[in-house]
Amino acid sequence: MSKRIDAVDLNVYYGNFLAVEGVNINIEPRSVTAFIGPSGCGKTTFLRTINRMHEVLPGARAEGRLLLDGENIYDPGVDPVTVRTMVGMVFQRPNPFPTMSIRDNILAGYKLNGTRMSKSTADGIVEKSLRGANLWEEVKDRLDKPGSGLSGGQQQRLCIARSIAVEPDVILMDEPCSALDPISTLAIEDLINELKDNYTVVIVTHNMQQAARVADKTAFFNIAGTGKPGKLIEYDETSVIFNNPSNKQTEDYVSGRFG
Amino acid sequence: MTTTKDTVQQRAPQTGRKKNSLTAGQMPRWTWIAVLAGALVVAAGITALLGGGGFSWVGWLIIAAVLYVLGMYATTSVLENRRRATDGFWRNLVWAAFILALIPLVSVIWAVIANGLPTLIETPQLLWRDMKGVTGADDIATQAEGATLAGGFLHGLVGTLMITLLATIISVPIGLLTSIYLVEYGRGGWFSRAIVFFVDVMTGIPSIVAGLFAFAVVQVVITTFIGDGPRQLQMVKMGLTAAIALSVLMIPVVVRSTEEMLRVVPNELREASYALGVRKWRTIFKVVLPTAMSGIASGVTLAIARVTGETAPILVTAGFIATTNWNPFDGWMTALPVYIYRQLINPTAPAAGDPSMERAWAAALVLIVIVMLLNLIARIIAKAFAPKKTGR
Repeated sequence: MSKRIDAVDLNVYYGNFLAVEGVNINIEPRSVTAFIGPSGCGKTTFLRTINRMHEVLPGARAEGRLLLDGENIYDPGVDPVTVRTMVGMVFQRPNPFPTMSIRDNILAGYKLNGTRMSKSTADGIVEKSLRGANLWEEVKDRLDKPGSGLSGGQQQRLCIARSIAVEPDVILMDEPCSALDPISTLAIEDLINELKDNYTVVIVTHNMQQAARVADKTAFFNIAGTGKPGKLIEYDETSVIFNNPSNKQTEDYVSGRFG
Repeated sequence: MTTTKDTVQQRAPQTGRKKNSLTAGQMPRWTWIAVLAGALVVAAGITALLGGGGFSWVGWLIIAAVLYVLGMYATTSVLENRRRATDGFWRNLVWAAFILALIPLVSVIWAVIANGLPTLIETPQLLWRDMKGVTGADDIATQAEGATLAGGFLHGLVGTLMITLLATIISVPIGLLTSIYLVEYGRGGWFSRAIVFFVDVMTGIPSIVAGLFAFAVVQVVITTFIGDGPRQLQMVKMGLTAAIALSVLMIPVVVRSTEEMLRVVPNELREASYALGVRKWRTIFKVVLPTAMSGIASGVTLAIARVTGETAPILVTAGFIATTNWNPFDGWMTALPVYIYRQLINPTAPAAGDPSMERAWAAALVLIVIVMLLNLIARIIAKAFAPKKTGR
């Protein structure tokens, strides 16, 4: 169910512009890893290379190796769609499909792919995914209502339920709480803690307290200046990054003395 | 002018109520009514003087409108201040422009209803009869002896519906797929920019050129594959040819409106779908298109409404006949606009044109009703398909 991620000398480009340079990182299965760093330093860009969502943008590409349980997803011939079925993603803003009900949103990964299933199987998946995302009690009576009618925090948990419904090995989260209030944020953070029992979770966040609360390990990215590529500066246990970082830049950033 | 101002100043009240300092220095609410009444009275006097014996209603209204706009400006600048007066002046000009724009619209609908509705109520048979066997003698009898109106325009209705339906079947898939290419695949490359350029050029093609083009294309196809005898050349004029002509006019409209609708579908939805491991074509057909469906459907309906009224290209490509032809692949067809045109230009009885005129007006009314219905359908579709926002 859960896979390890290893990046080896990964360079990420937008056209000819080198956005992230030379990332080497080893992410353990069944763990939560947080990416922190200033805006524009390449956290999200690197995150999106893990499920090959990066190349959806015109001209965007990645060089180097990214291994999922030792298998390079950037080998020529690898179908990005296969990679994305193994690596799910939750976005910054909740994006349930507006034309679908809550139930259909959960089943979107199957329905959009034309998979046929019996009603009982589908019901099972819906309940399991919604329970997994701590949303079942709140929506079980209105599964046929549109997903866009939920509150922002519920929508985001609906999106998480939608990604775990297809049973991926890895879940990527791109600032999943930045559009949410503190209560919803807490609900999502609790959920992340439960998710790591089954999945490898990678989360990008601007909120350092959040990284400290949820992550086992933390990676600090930084950028030398405008137009320069972002780099992975330091990657260690979260407690080390926040209390005893070995790099001066990390120390400046986590202590708020940055820039 | 001066009269107007004086009237107002004489009538300006000093209310006994306690004054609110915030409303101090404002004209009374009813000032505009007073100015309007003054303008109407003065304009009536001017019109009567200028008109000699007769009285021109149109002239009266125009002079009254000008007097009102100027009078309001003068009154406001005296009673309040110049800034308020300028604001009101421009607001009045905007209203005047709006009313001016409404005049042709309302008068067209009025003219068609006034001329067409009595005929249609009197002889509803027009709707289910065609012109088969109707001769000049019938019309002379109608005009001279008051016999019931002969003939009808069922063939025109059938022709319009069949040709428009066929044109829709041809142009919607082409237009839809073109805009999908432009938005989802072309991504602003040289090829998609070229398509956009030519689609824009096509939007401006005169409709008669589209008719000639369709005629020429079908002629080439038929002479190449079937033969070029006189019988085969006769085959060129049919409903299908007219549908092709209308498609040339419809496709650019469909492409542009659909393209706009696809562009406003948030990229987040596409990414959400990709992130679930859904392939691109499935994402387009199951996520992007349903989300944009309301806009696309109303755009398509409006494109249909636009070509329903075309005359020239159908006259060139489908001709006109007096009988009802349901088969768009064989034989001439009459469309409603062509029917109207023929009835006006070539009355059935040249000596007695009134019955033809009445039929033409009735057909015009039906045509306008069809277009209005299409617009209504577009709105209903847009409502029905729109993504549901509520349910909280």
